[in-house]
Amino acid sequence: MKFKFLGIIVFIILAVMYMVGREEVHNLTIAGSTSVQPIAEILSEEFEKQHSGVRINVQGGGSSAGVKSTQSGTADIGMSSRELKSNERGLFETIIALDGIGIIVNTANPITELTMEEVRKIFTGEIRNWKEIGGIDAPITVVNREAGSGTRGAFEEIIMGPYDFLDKIIIQGSNGAVRQTVAGDINAVGYISLVALESRVKALNIEGVVPNPETIKAGDYKMSRPFILLTKKEPEGLIKEFIDFALSQEGQRICKEEGLITVR
Amino acid sequence: MRGDSEREILKVSAFLSTIVVFLIAGFVLWQGLPILRREGLFSFILGREWVPSKGRFGVYPMIIGSIFVTFGALLFGVPLGVACAIFLAEVAPEWMVRLFKPTIQLLAGIPSVVYGFFGLTAVVPMIRMYLGGTGFSALAGSIILAIMILPTIINISEDAMRAVPKEYKEGSLALGATEWETTIKVVLPAARSGIAASIILGMGRAIGETMAVLMVTGNTPHLPQVERNISPFLKVFWLFLEPVRTLTGNVVLEMSYATGDHQSALFATGIVLFIMIIILNVLANMAFNRR
Repeated sequence: MKFKFLGIIVFIILAVMYMVGREEVHNLTIAGSTSVQPIAEILSEEFEKQHSGVRINVQGGGSSAGVKSTQSGTADIGMSSRELKSNERGLFETIIALDGIGIIVNTANPITELTMEEVRKIFTGEIRNWKEIGGIDAPITVVNREAGSGTRGAFEEIIMGPYDFLDKIIIQGSNGAVRQTVAGDINAVGYISLVALESRVKALNIEGVVPNPETIKAGDYKMSRPFILLTKKEPEGLIKEFIDFALSQEGQRICKEEGLITVR
Repeated sequence: MRGDSEREILKVSAFLSTIVVFLIAGFVLWQGLPILRREGLFSFILGREWVPSKGRFGVYPMIIGSIFVTFGALLFGVPLGVACAIFLAEVAPEWMVRLFKPTIQLLAGIPSVVYGFFGLTAVVPMIRMYLGGTGFSALAGSIILAIMILPTIINISEDAMRAVPKEYKEGSLALGATEWETTIKVVLPAARSGIAASIILGMGRAIGETMAVLMVTGNTPHLPQVERNISPFLKVFWLFLEPVRTLTGNVVLEMSYATGDHQSALFATGIVLFIMIIILNVLANMAFNRR
């Protein structure tokens, strides 16, 4: 009786090992920015379809994790949604697309437009009530990303400059969590990658410019940042094939369909 | 002979599972000590600013945040849990116990991220609507944690009350005490070390919980502040409506981005959490072994 039970457990373990073992191995690991992750997944799917036997494993973790794992070799390709810092140099960078950053508010918020200075003043805490910028009389709930996030890095660079964020600020850990927070709070404002934009929230015009691929490519909409693929050295073999695919007409078409701005 | 080798296998198993604890503790210390040595333990613990990009590492706001949500969770969870345990052990008829107990145990099996999502979509908006503020607050964390520690408190307290010898109760009833008086004055005191243990374990779970808290507390790395001119006692209530970041939340939120000093500071945050939990356990043991 006891041995029968043990036998069943051993059998299950062996069966799982067999099933896992006969899966094809991943021959390419991509890791990093959660903003780049969705587009990398779609590109990988297409790439796998065209190259039978190739399996690509796409992981998140954030831009800094992408840099780290590329340096250490745990990832073949790293993803970053911000320019690399001075202490992160030495990697081979390929920009595959540009992404806009949208300032989002609740759909019930009457505000449709802000200047970059107003956005900065909201995030530094100089403007604390919506009525100060023509909205309803209600305190603004400011939603920020966590330190180290690529989206936050780009936002700091473009909007904040040397100014500090206000103390009383909500911090959420992903584009999705910021979107969820803003969708649920009529007085909230946050910023997310335009790829993650959904109709549950509203992206504001900045300096009178609608955020869309045309305005970003033309440089009229100022808040954008590069999506970068990182490799340890100059790409070769399968890694080069994948990066070339991302830059190919088809890869760029996929980027465009996902709301990104093409670079080729 | 056979007995010997089996004993050896058991010994090795025990040794291995113990050594894992020391390995993990050692690793966290090894990773976190550099920053503690440079910044000094006290300026790290009492530092009020957490700005990793500028090399300022102070976890005081996070310590306060952890204490806030844990204390709040106990405030809601202990009375509710102990009352529920009394009901199950002393008052409820058999069929109710058979219905309630598995349901409460089910509560312990729900993954914490589900609690967090519930908090984010139900508790946070409710606080925002009825109490004001953003809703992301120590209070939201406390409410979610209170629900999460209920099974621990209820199960252990109930077991402790059921373990009270029948003679105690019979003696009390024979002396003319009512059922209620017997419960409050005889059963509860006799089971107090078990109830205390349940509270300590619940507190341990609350202070170590991460995902659910992360989703509802707002995570701002600053001390909760209220700009109101009211007495300090009333102020505490308003402070609960402010966003806070806990020690665990600090580690998880920034872990994937951290390098160098920042990473070391996150491990040091882990050390602080570790020390807090050890202090809690020692205090609890001291208080309840003395009787």
